[in-house]
Amino acid sequence: MANILRMSKRQWHDTLFTILLLLPASIIMAVVTIYPLVRSFIISLLQWDLTKPNVAHNFIFFDNYRYVLNDPTFWQSVKVTIYFVVGAVSLNIVLSLAIALLLNREFIGRNLVRMLALLPWAIPSVVNGIMWKWILNPSYGALNGLLYSLGIIDKYVIWLGIPSSALIMCILADVWKETPFIMLLLLAALQTIPKDLYEAAKVDGANPFQSFWNVTIPLIKPTLFVALTLRTIWALKSFDLIYTLTAGGPSNGTSVIGYYTYVKTFVSLNLGRGSAVAYVMTAVVAILVVIYQRALYREVRY
Amino acid sequence: MTTLSLRKNAPFSNLNRRKFSSFFGNTLFYMAIAVLICIVVGPFFWIFISSISPQIELTATPPHWFPENPTLFRYQALFVGAEDGSTSLPAGIEKFIRGLTNSMIVSTLTTLVCVSTGTLAAYALARLNVPGRNKFMMGILSSQMIPIIVIIIPLYLLLQKLVLMDSIRGLVLLYTGFMLPTVIWIMYSYFETLPHELEEAAMIDGCNRFQALTKVIIPLSGPGLVAVSAFSFLSSWNEFFMALIFTGANTKTITVTVTEFSSQFGVDFGLMATGGVIGSIPPLVLAFLLQKYIVAGLTAGSVKG
Repeated sequence: MANILRMSKRQWHDTLFTILLLLPASIIMAVVTIYPLVRSFIISLLQWDLTKPNVAHNFIFFDNYRYVLNDPTFWQSVKVTIYFVVGAVSLNIVLSLAIALLLNREFIGRNLVRMLALLPWAIPSVVNGIMWKWILNPSYGALNGLLYSLGIIDKYVIWLGIPSSALIMCILADVWKETPFIMLLLLAALQTIPKDLYEAAKVDGANPFQSFWNVTIPLIKPTLFVALTLRTIWALKSFDLIYTLTAGGPSNGTSVIGYYTYVKTFVSLNLGRGSAVAYVMTAVVAILVVIYQRALYREVRY
Repeated sequence: MTTLSLRKNAPFSNLNRRKFSSFFGNTLFYMAIAVLICIVVGPFFWIFISSISPQIELTATPPHWFPENPTLFRYQALFVGAEDGSTSLPAGIEKFIRGLTNSMIVSTLTTLVCVSTGTLAAYALARLNVPGRNKFMMGILSSQMIPIIVIIIPLYLLLQKLVLMDSIRGLVLLYTGFMLPTVIWIMYSYFETLPHELEEAAMIDGCNRFQALTKVIIPLSGPGLVAVSAFSFLSSWNEFFMALIFTGANTKTITVTVTEFSSQFGVDFGLMATGGVIGSIPPLVLAFLLQKYIVAGLTAGSVKG
């Protein structure tokens, strides 16, 4: 009897201990993410325009969503976002993988290279934006100066002056910042592949391409999946870079959805519509992650 | 990680051919490395060069790749103010130090709160009987997909109600909330690598759960704790969007301060470059010093799949 009592007392202690450990983090996350997520959905169903303080916050069902989906600037930003995400993510993953394969050996200065690879990742993204804005400056920028000195261009180019080239520059600036870290991630995965597998493939008569395709790729697929998912999510959320580099311009040519939502909410001050756009954006992120999961993740369970 | 990487590239079958092509291969390889380093370091090096170039050289065509008369007057201006008004420095420059201090305070506090609460929760999830643990972990993972902008409006209203707008506490609360999932995830993966026998032995020796955690597990969690601390500090230091919305005159962090050089003083790229370089020093120092831990910690969860 006493034994049972002691047991249950100990179990009770353990339960209390578990709750105490989980409580602080859970409260903070509930206040900062879960509650706002619910509230935001409710706001997206309301008529709530800060420029019209006298209008009641009426419940208008999905009118905000309807407005957003009929707004040409929304579709413009969707188009820009697709170009940006597809361009930045694919370039990023291909480059990361190529560089990781290149660095996956012993060489002099290995540690230095790994250290320097953290530089773009560590600097604030607003500094990244400012930096590229200065490099791309049409009159005094380093890029124009360099290309002109090398004779590649015969007059200075206004890189951020037309939508298409501004978008390309945004993609390149993003790729510069994000590639090294993804590369380190893939490199870590490459280094977990046992060397024997390559030898076995070679004995079986596989050429380097075949062993890459049939040994390397399947084994780093989980990491590739993580890299692809993380990068897509980050790219979809891009804001800091666009804000500092182009502010969405010229003529909304680089107004990705994150920036568009910001403008809708904090410049137009329409909370209802802002929330509706944000929810559409979240839905897109969620759908993409599910698609990736289906396409890539299911195959890697051996 | 390093022991595994000691293997060489697959050898070529013929020895002479191997020597010959490995010489060329190596030359090409090191050239490629050099190009990569230039691409990675070049742009940042350029804003450093710009920050020490006098105004005249800054606007020279073609650009002066290395300034003939390097100067530290911008650094001096940002830290101690302009000297005898010799150059036309923008007003409001004194906010810069304020921004640095704010960032330092916010990042340190966020790191403390985030790492302590996150580690406790991760321990409970990794070791104790938590009903619905898998759902909790899935929730944590998917919360990282949420674009901040989707919850920014309710947070704005909430902070207004709690009178936490433009306050250090409010910013620390938000940052902690956003970084906790990652911290919990990394620490959870780390605790998974520690053998269960450690606590069992401690508890047989008369420790209770709490003592087993504080006296045995935490001291063994150094690498994991370093990784999450570095991650929290870096992320809070570099955060811009929430700082832009939720800070005002009192609490502007360095990222917001630096961008304001651009809006207020249009063309003064020299000063922005200087602010950017100074603002990048703390995260860079942290990343370089703790390189090993950061990469190991951030890849731990993902490489395992």
